[in-house]
Amino acid sequence: MLTIAGHNFKSRLLVGTGKFASSQLMKEAIDASGSEMVTVALRRVDLDDPGDDIMSVLDRERYVFLPNTSGARNSDEAVRLARMSKASGGGEWLKLEVTPDPRTLLPDPVETLKATEILVREGFKVLPYMNADPILALKLQDAGAVAVMPLGSPIGTNQGLLTRFQVEIIIDQARVPVIVDAGLGAPSHAAEAMELGADAVLVNTAMAVAGDPVRMAKAFAMAVEAGRSAYESGLGRRQAQAMASSPAVGLGFLN
Amino acid sequence: MTDLNRNRPAAFTAPDFRDIAELVYRSSAADVENALLKERLSVQDLGALLSPAAAEQLPALAARASALTTARFGRTIQIYSPLYLSSFCCNNCRYCGFSTENKIERRVLTLDEAEQESLLLAGRGFSHILLVAGEAPAKMGVDYLVELAGRLRNRFASISIEIQPLTEAEYRRLFKAGITSVAVYQETYDQDVYREVHLSGPKADLENRLATPARVAAAGMREVGIGALLGLADWRLEGISLGMHLAWLRHYYWQTALTVSFPRLRPATGDFEPKVVVSESDLAQLLFALRIFDHDVGLLLSTREEARFRDGMIGLAPTRYSAGSCTAPGGYSNPDQTGEQFSIDDQRGIDEVCRDIKARGFDPVRKDWDAVFQQSASGGVSRKPIY
Repeated sequence: MLTIAGHNFKSRLLVGTGKFASSQLMKEAIDASGSEMVTVALRRVDLDDPGDDIMSVLDRERYVFLPNTSGARNSDEAVRLARMSKASGGGEWLKLEVTPDPRTLLPDPVETLKATEILVREGFKVLPYMNADPILALKLQDAGAVAVMPLGSPIGTNQGLLTRFQVEIIIDQARVPVIVDAGLGAPSHAAEAMELGADAVLVNTAMAVAGDPVRMAKAFAMAVEAGRSAYESGLGRRQAQAMASSPAVGLGFLN
Repeated sequence: MTDLNRNRPAAFTAPDFRDIAELVYRSSAADVENALLKERLSVQDLGALLSPAAAEQLPALAARASALTTARFGRTIQIYSPLYLSSFCCNNCRYCGFSTENKIERRVLTLDEAEQESLLLAGRGFSHILLVAGEAPAKMGVDYLVELAGRLRNRFASISIEIQPLTEAEYRRLFKAGITSVAVYQETYDQDVYREVHLSGPKADLENRLATPARVAAAGMREVGIGALLGLADWRLEGISLGMHLAWLRHYYWQTALTVSFPRLRPATGDFEPKVVVSESDLAQLLFALRIFDHDVGLLLSTREEARFRDGMIGLAPTRYSAGSCTAPGGYSNPDQTGEQFSIDDQRGIDEVCRDIKARGFDPVRKDWDAVFQQSASGGVSRKPIY
């Protein structure tokens, strides 16, 4: 069972709502993913409008609603968006994204830490999107983040777990859940992160732009389960040379 | 925020068309294939994609551009509307309906009239608005825009402008007032043609215009739009110049999002006939090439283009469409209003455009920003729409 900030989740797959061909297709894909936590860009929705195309199809009873600050380029903007969200009934969960470079959308470590400190003080449950920097993960955790979200590779690139080595260190050190976010372009990438011991993964682009988003969502759900089961079962160590399954080493000389 | 003014670069210099022509006209089919296989393209590669040789491989260009566009922007098209504020202009530009020489009914909307027009657009479901005006600072200056932005910012997710070049300090003022994006098109990067078609007025100053996008970015605006008016000079070379301008802006102003527009000359009041004919295939090739060169740039296709072409291009390269546009100030309140800047070819309203985007399996996104990003001078933005 995945527990974030005292809240239990059966599914270890978080999903995003961007880039889908329609909000109906988005809803069907999210249903199929089995996810219980859904992130929505605050810039994209109008929380005050009951007819908003995204919010009107998301069942807030069924999913933990995780608004994100996509588009913020510094801590001030992220904090302002978060407060607006809370004031409009967006709740206290927050996926913090501070991405000053509109091209790569890579997260700003300094501003992310600053915003985390402010928002934690204000009672938000902050899940910061971050580069796969183990020291930053520790600092964010110390600042009160309820989970850390290191990237596998830049958003939307489908490159997979290019940060594997760093993510492994983060997983080893973290006291809060580690959710690998961004760049997971195929179910095998998600499985790889889960096998490594990630507590969860977040997927959006790979589902949204798939030929059949609903089937792709199911495929990710299965991959996440498979990866987690493998991790919990205790994976064999990788090694450079072949090794016999039943080693026949003669030790009869020992008395 | 990072001080964008530190290490300020020297101004962008447009290439001489005589120097870049060979990048296009000496490219072979093999150069095109090579460029299509690359992740990070050079200006030479862009030249190959804009070449006559690449025109023979248009479906391959379309496929590559489409894959990149969908990966970066998803299955979405963002929707915006222009709002024409003033047709007064002190420039004499041979191609433009607002040119000072043209005898048209001129008008500048009062703030109340502009607000009224915006209410109509908000009521139709537009959330991104582009304020457009000819260059006549005495009729409509920065004070007017600051005042208008103050009235509009609670109703629109984002406000952009397409008006005369301003100073960096003026852009800073407008940014503070809630305007986040500025479009300023060079019209043509061919310096000889530029001087030939801009007969008089401030716009005749080529260097000042060319340096404007950098001033916009330095002022902290979130987005700057550049563009070339197709029909004035060799579009392939305009394409290389646009690519070089984009790359230069990305290099020095990495926090600024970039867009490109591709206005194709249409019949306007006055006698100007396009100097070169740019076909739909040419325009498509230009969009594909720029997308493949710059994966993240926003590409706009306005209602200057026919519905058939705009529908066909969905998912291939463009990311933003306007809808239901009128290019005469006051034209939304009064459909009989004359004095438009140019005539439009896609007459569909927003609902029709959105329906046709959906029919192609794409999501017409009406809101993809939020006024809350901007701190208003009064210390916060009301969330409640007034309409």
